[in-house]
Amino acid sequence: MDTALDILTAVLLLGGALMSLAAAVGLLRFPDLLSRMHAATKPQVLGLLLFLLAIAVQQRSWAVVPVLIVCWIFQLLTAPVSAHMVGRAGYRTKHLRKDLLSMDDLDDVVEHAATRRREAGDRASNE
Amino acid sequence: MSVILGIVAVILGISALFAIYRVARGPSILDRVLAVDVLLAIVGGALAADMVFNGHTNSLVILVATSVVGFIASVTVARFVTDKK
Repeated sequence: MDTALDILTAVLLLGGALMSLAAAVGLLRFPDLLSRMHAATKPQVLGLLLFLLAIAVQQRSWAVVPVLIVCWIFQLLTAPVSAHMVGRAGYRTKHLRKDLLSMDDLDDVVEHAATRRREAGDRASNE
Repeated sequence: MSVILGIVAVILGISALFAIYRVARGPSILDRVLAVDVLLAIVGGALAADMVFNGHTNSLVILVATSVVGFIASVTVARFVTDKK
């Protein structure tokens, strides 16, 4: 039983480490900010889950489980926030390659806002 | 078990090197802050691996604290990034 749990711990640890490696390789290889952001934020959450599961399996006590759950829930709450803020700032400062996007949902919105601002400017100069 | 420790340490070390390369290189400040975030996750993974192999829970608090406040850095930097070259 102990050997099986040890092997499970080892597999979970290796999985978590490989998730970190996936994030790092994505950072290294991907061409622009938005794709790098995807590669960096998603494996991070799953990798942390695997590490926390490894700790739980190795400790085998109920006392640490609430702490681990709290840790993962906070990671789940904060990772999307930072990814959203970085993606938003990246879009606004044009740190993305438009030719790599298959669809740009914000294009219409930006266009619409620009025309409205231009019309408002015309009206103001006519008066 | 020590073989697994070695493998995990090597993988995490390589990942940290890649992330540090992106911090040094990264064309924009957003790339850098993203890479620093990944580096923080890698350090957390190293802490977790240490706890598993040495059978203690001393650094669990650090892990929880980084998962709570780790995002503040990227949010702050992203908030104040501007268009100027």
